[in-house]
Amino acid sequence: MSAGTPRVGVVTFPGSLDDRDALRAVALMGGDGVPLWHGDRDLRGVDAVILPGGFSYGDYLRTGALARFAPIMEEVRAFAGRGGPVVGICNGFQILCEAGLLSGALIRNRQLRFVCRFVDVRVETSLSTLTEGLVPGEVLRIPVKHGEGQFVARPDELARIEAEALVTFRYCGPGGELDDEHNVNGSAGWIAGIRSPQGNVVGLMPHPEHAVDPDVGPTGGQPLFASLLTYALARV
Amino acid sequence: MKVDHPLHRALGLTDEELDRIRATLGRDPNRIELAMYAAMWSEHCSYKSSKVHLRTLPTEGPQVLVGPGQDAGAVDIGDGLAAVFKMESHSHPSAVEPYQGAATGVGGIVRDIVSMGARPMALLDPLRFGPLTEERNRLLFAGVVAGIGGYGNCIGVPTVGGEIQFAEPHSANPTVNVMCVGVAPADRLVTAAPDVPEGSMLLLIGAATGRDGIGGVSVLASRTIEEDAAVSRPSVQIGDPFAGKLLIETCLELVEGGLLLGLQDLGGAGLTCAASESAARAGMGAELDLDAVPLREAGLEAFEILTSESQERMLAVVDPARLDEVHGVCSKWGLSSAVVGWLVDGGRLIVRMGGAVVADVPARSLADDGPAYERPMEPPRGRHEILEDDPTFAMVDSDPREAFLAVLSSPNVASKQWAFEQYDQLVQGATVARPGSDAAVIRVEGTLRALALSCDGSGRFGHLDPYLGAAHAVAEASRNVAVMGATPLAITNCLNFGNPERPEVMWQFAESIRGMADACRSFGTPVTGGNVSFYNESGGSAIWPTPIIGMLGLIEDYRLLVRPGFPGPGFLVYLVGETFPELGGSEFAEVVLGTVSGHPPALDLAREASLHRMLVEGSRGDLLASAHDCSEGGLAVALAESALAGDTGFAVSLPGDEPWYVALFSESASRAVVSVAPENAEALESLASAHHLPLSRLGETGGPGMVVDSLLEITVEEARSAHESAIPKLLAG
Repeated sequence: MSAGTPRVGVVTFPGSLDDRDALRAVALMGGDGVPLWHGDRDLRGVDAVILPGGFSYGDYLRTGALARFAPIMEEVRAFAGRGGPVVGICNGFQILCEAGLLSGALIRNRQLRFVCRFVDVRVETSLSTLTEGLVPGEVLRIPVKHGEGQFVARPDELARIEAEALVTFRYCGPGGELDDEHNVNGSAGWIAGIRSPQGNVVGLMPHPEHAVDPDVGPTGGQPLFASLLTYALARV
Repeated sequence: MKVDHPLHRALGLTDEELDRIRATLGRDPNRIELAMYAAMWSEHCSYKSSKVHLRTLPTEGPQVLVGPGQDAGAVDIGDGLAAVFKMESHSHPSAVEPYQGAATGVGGIVRDIVSMGARPMALLDPLRFGPLTEERNRLLFAGVVAGIGGYGNCIGVPTVGGEIQFAEPHSANPTVNVMCVGVAPADRLVTAAPDVPEGSMLLLIGAATGRDGIGGVSVLASRTIEEDAAVSRPSVQIGDPFAGKLLIETCLELVEGGLLLGLQDLGGAGLTCAASESAARAGMGAELDLDAVPLREAGLEAFEILTSESQERMLAVVDPARLDEVHGVCSKWGLSSAVVGWLVDGGRLIVRMGGAVVADVPARSLADDGPAYERPMEPPRGRHEILEDDPTFAMVDSDPREAFLAVLSSPNVASKQWAFEQYDQLVQGATVARPGSDAAVIRVEGTLRALALSCDGSGRFGHLDPYLGAAHAVAEASRNVAVMGATPLAITNCLNFGNPERPEVMWQFAESIRGMADACRSFGTPVTGGNVSFYNESGGSAIWPTPIIGMLGLIEDYRLLVRPGFPGPGFLVYLVGETFPELGGSEFAEVVLGTVSGHPPALDLAREASLHRMLVEGSRGDLLASAHDCSEGGLAVALAESALAGDTGFAVSLPGDEPWYVALFSESASRAVVSVAPENAEALESLASAHHLPLSRLGETGGPGMVVDSLLEITVEEARSAHESAIPKLLAG
């Protein structure tokens, strides 16, 4: 590993499922993936943290509701407070919302069924750890796979999210169009992912770690990981 | 014991079986022992009606590492790796409670793979329901699909396929099978070890034991379900996928650390089965201390603890010196682990509770020495009339376009994306070909190899001729992996039938086994294990004989895999193989002519095997631009699916001089639709002739339409709409 390789930690909670996939994606994109354990109070000096997809603690109470109390989350919160890049994917997004690091909440899909599908998402801002260097309006093909991915927020909160341009990704058609057909889970404002006001914390329902390897499928996740690694590298 | 309601009969044992138990023990069994025998000698656990037939299946080959008799079979896939796979039925619980029935089926098969020491990598769920025009069938279908997703999506194992079909005989009894495939280093497989020392601990890992699923194997799985299914509901287990996921990680960490001497899933017949099999496989006996079993609630009786089918439990055989390390791994993952017994010399299974011996029987008598029956067999009456009423020679006055759309949108042929989208197909990042392909393909980490997986079963063909139906199922499953470039390696199966005590059902079973055996011998694909599900009937009416084949094929380099979709315009389209006037049992005959009758297509096993070899060779040489199995719905559906998958139209002429409906819809075996770049035409022709396979050039790809001579013209978009909207429309009622 060269000195300039960013180290990206991936937290495994009991019930995390896409943790190994996130580590593999980091490695494929040239980073150094570092497994982190929910029960530890140690981020092992990483330059960025990913909270992966899955069903932490079975999601039996409410998605992400228990994981936010895990010991490692105190460290993640402090890391984010220092401006460290933190990305929550799917269940990780739900955990960030429960932990108050991002606004809004994720509830059952409008159609009340789990959905696994490659969808198009539109980049809305370049002011985030995942989208630095991307052009707003760019459309990326990335899969979703979730039963509870419908983004909701109180009307005033939603207005603030829009006003502060915190929306990072929206579900869209292949040409970037926003129509009902392409709102895969009925999210408010087609919202697929949002950021913190500083942009260092990002949560999204789509799974960029499942869209980096051309041998397996579309590669819409590549620019997102490239951005994360660049952002993390700046901190090395 | 009352004479008019003897306990053994209430538990499902016959008078003769009770005599046999008495002879084994040299005394009357007590009621706890009786409950143990009833569970282990149930049809589900003992295979008493099927054993004599199953023995005729080919089970050996150089690729077979573990054959039938273990929790799952295993084959050599090179690079020192083994693929472990198995299929099971959870039809009876699913008929009573579709969500939990299907969910716990997934949990059970995954633990079978884990107990071999392999990480589960893929699930496939072959399903059969009654027509979706009935509300109850819609509820069963939706509930089963949600249950499969509900469990599979939470444990991080992708669900990558599974054939879904609809037919009236499955209305009362849906067929819910599930196959799991895992990979492990071949030298690390956890198999029956004959050298386990006396005093090895039996450690129960995972969930606490409760009253759920008591009598699951004897009440649910080994009898027919009659109208008042609700009373059976307490016999259905309840799944906890989160605990299932923790159990997977715990067991794999234990295996990777070399901490175990043996590992067994607690499935049907619960602790009785796991303990007696663990002891019998080691050639030993065991002592069990029921007071040490962690219970979900106080007050369980001994027979309840012994036969409970509470989910998410495993029994590990552990060297006492490694016990602390094993407990440590379990507690890291937050799972309880308790020593509930130990292996002893002498072969007896001795169960204690409250300080007293409550059962004392030979372990082998439970695990291995169950009864085996040669049940009477007889072909069903009226069989010849149905066979002779062949729709191939019917008067057909349908409009080709209407017939084409009717077949393409019939639920058997139509897109099943509504179901597949509810499954996580991608977790683990290894899914190279997703559901909807001929076979699912998952790559093996650290290598260029990939496994091609397909589940296929006989429906109408098996109903008309069980021998041919089963042989066709093996042929189609092999073809489905071969079109993608995989060499068929071995099969697992799930054999779903009616009541074996009826001679017609037993005849169907024996014929199916004969067909499967012949096909497997011809293709060199031995049977590595499987499952038998009898008693799928209600009110004297059985499901169609439904042997489901789970095929495992191997691709040497997944970058060379061939996909079904036409890759773009300007490619030449060919039919490999020959179309005969064979409409018997076809989709066209049922959907357009309204009849399920006639002779199923003939099957030339040697030609079929040649086709598989040719397809694999064609993929290795990077010759084929696309390849797709031609079976249900005939050439018409094969062409349409290739066009839909590639979003590319075609213009073709029908080969031969059969009437259009035969050329388009006959389901003759051993055929595939392939496309090649024009410069590869000669190479394809010589490849086909080297394998002595007929080859017809049909036309070429391109344009927005599907055009067949002057007979048929339809846009890809219109066809797509018919294909994709059929099932959602039916479900909307």
